[in-house]
Amino acid sequence: MSALATPTRSRRTPSRADAAVFKAELALFRREPGSLFWIMVFPTGLFVVLGTIPVFREVGEAIPGMRLIDVYVPIAILTSLLMASVQAMPPVITGYREQGILRRMSTTPVRPATVLGAQMALHGIAALVSAALTITVGALAFDVPLPKQGFGYVLALALSVCAALSLGALLSALSRTSKAANAVGAVAFFPMMFSAGLWMPVQTMPDMLGRIMEVLPFGAASQALSAAGAGDWPSLAHLGALALWTVLLTGAAARWFRWE
Amino acid sequence: MAIIEVRDLRKVYGGRAVVDGVSFAVEEGEIFGVLGPNGAGKTTAVECVEGLRVPDSGLVRVAGLDPVADHREVTQLLGAQLQESELQAKLTVREALELYSAFYEKPVDWRPLAERLGLGEKLDSRFGKLSGGQKQRLFIALALIGGPRVVVLDELTTGLDPRARRDTWQLIEEVRASGVTVLLVTHFMEEAQRLCDRIAVIDRGRLAALDTPAGLIGRSASSTVISFTPSRPLDPRELAELPAATSVTTDERDGRVTVNGTDDTVNAVISLLARQHVTAHQLRVVDATLDDAFLHLTGATT
Repeated sequence: MSALATPTRSRRTPSRADAAVFKAELALFRREPGSLFWIMVFPTGLFVVLGTIPVFREVGEAIPGMRLIDVYVPIAILTSLLMASVQAMPPVITGYREQGILRRMSTTPVRPATVLGAQMALHGIAALVSAALTITVGALAFDVPLPKQGFGYVLALALSVCAALSLGALLSALSRTSKAANAVGAVAFFPMMFSAGLWMPVQTMPDMLGRIMEVLPFGAASQALSAAGAGDWPSLAHLGALALWTVLLTGAAARWFRWE
Repeated sequence: MAIIEVRDLRKVYGGRAVVDGVSFAVEEGEIFGVLGPNGAGKTTAVECVEGLRVPDSGLVRVAGLDPVADHREVTQLLGAQLQESELQAKLTVREALELYSAFYEKPVDWRPLAERLGLGEKLDSRFGKLSGGQKQRLFIALALIGGPRVVVLDELTTGLDPRARRDTWQLIEEVRASGVTVLLVTHFMEEAQRLCDRIAVIDRGRLAALDTPAGLIGRSASSTVISFTPSRPLDPRELAELPAATSVTTDERDGRVTVNGTDDTVNAVISLLARQHVTAHQLRVVDATLDDAFLHLTGATT
């Protein structure tokens, strides 16, 4: 295995080149209708479908004082975050490596890391736009109250985005081909979605299972968002878990990532 | 002044020296060829020049700069076309040209460049829809877009049809005429012979020879090839004893004789034919090609 010579540059200013890379990647991103659908349309669509089921709009016994539809706002947000970071992004990055696009770029004054940065930014932004869409639709169509602890909510969301993107980065690092990245993404998707509570909100899980889920990145994200949504400050344990996952996953991605 | 200097370059993979003590210097303004069989270490050597690989030992300089330590500076003056690389399939030609010109401090205007490379009509086409020749022309454009002093072209014409290959050769000559030094990696003899001012022949990681194409051909023991169809069969032993003849072959089917040798051999063949009152039909005397010289130098058996 030959490591590509891409020494770290000390003299680096965000420049015309970085802006050009972002612009080009944005243009390419908009040409992927599949990714756009799964990240931007599907999560809110699913949320709306669930919202039309009468039982979702009633306060039940499972979660005191909350309707199921209220609980599903953070779950829909995490779905789009997963779609962006675990399903959509790794095959793109792995494909760039596989096709020599990163290599070609490393013969120019621009470091290929710029492309990875642009990809992560784009997928993160797309997931955040999708989150805003879900919150808006929830408020307008189903009277889901806007997050009551605004700052806590933004913090929880920001940490969730970081954790999700670092998970995606690790998958990109470990997959040799974009086919493998697709497969790994699909396999990772279901346990992650389960831990976020797509099939069974974490609040309604049996005690032991719920506690395990809260330690996983998407379980912790789901709980932190729910808490901030309801007006409480998200628990330090959940925020800490997200931060810790981000650090661990980023470190592992940086350790194993290959430019070629 | 040498714009590229490579001295005692060594690169080892898995205990095997892929490049083993190669030295050469490329002068400003020349087309310098790196020729060798597949797997000889040509690409590894030029990737060290491009800063894509770190040499295990030896020295590489581009305009006095270290391609690894001074990567950013070197990329401003060295344009590269890699052997196997793609662009994003849905990126258009125009977007690729705009993107790459934003990378450089003093890019050339990409519009006339695209016109010159015959890409003017293709600006809105996506990379994935281009033909092999169009992709190669776009890669040449991207290698030139930063206004480099030297371009490295690696197996540029592999996979092109003969027509597209000849067009590409014309282009490379134009590039040099515009003052850019060209480092050309190839395994096509014809390409090297036609384009290069000097050629480094690399075989099994080592420099087998470094000379002009004519010099390489002259260096081979048989610089001339004589072929003819005799009016009656000749004694092969007599032919083999001709002065400076290195090989004699007789075609089983039509009896055509081919003798490799030098000018002396030509005269000796003619005297032999006259002595024996044999008429030679379709007598041809041609210079050996780089092909012959290459086989001689590398001891290849194809």
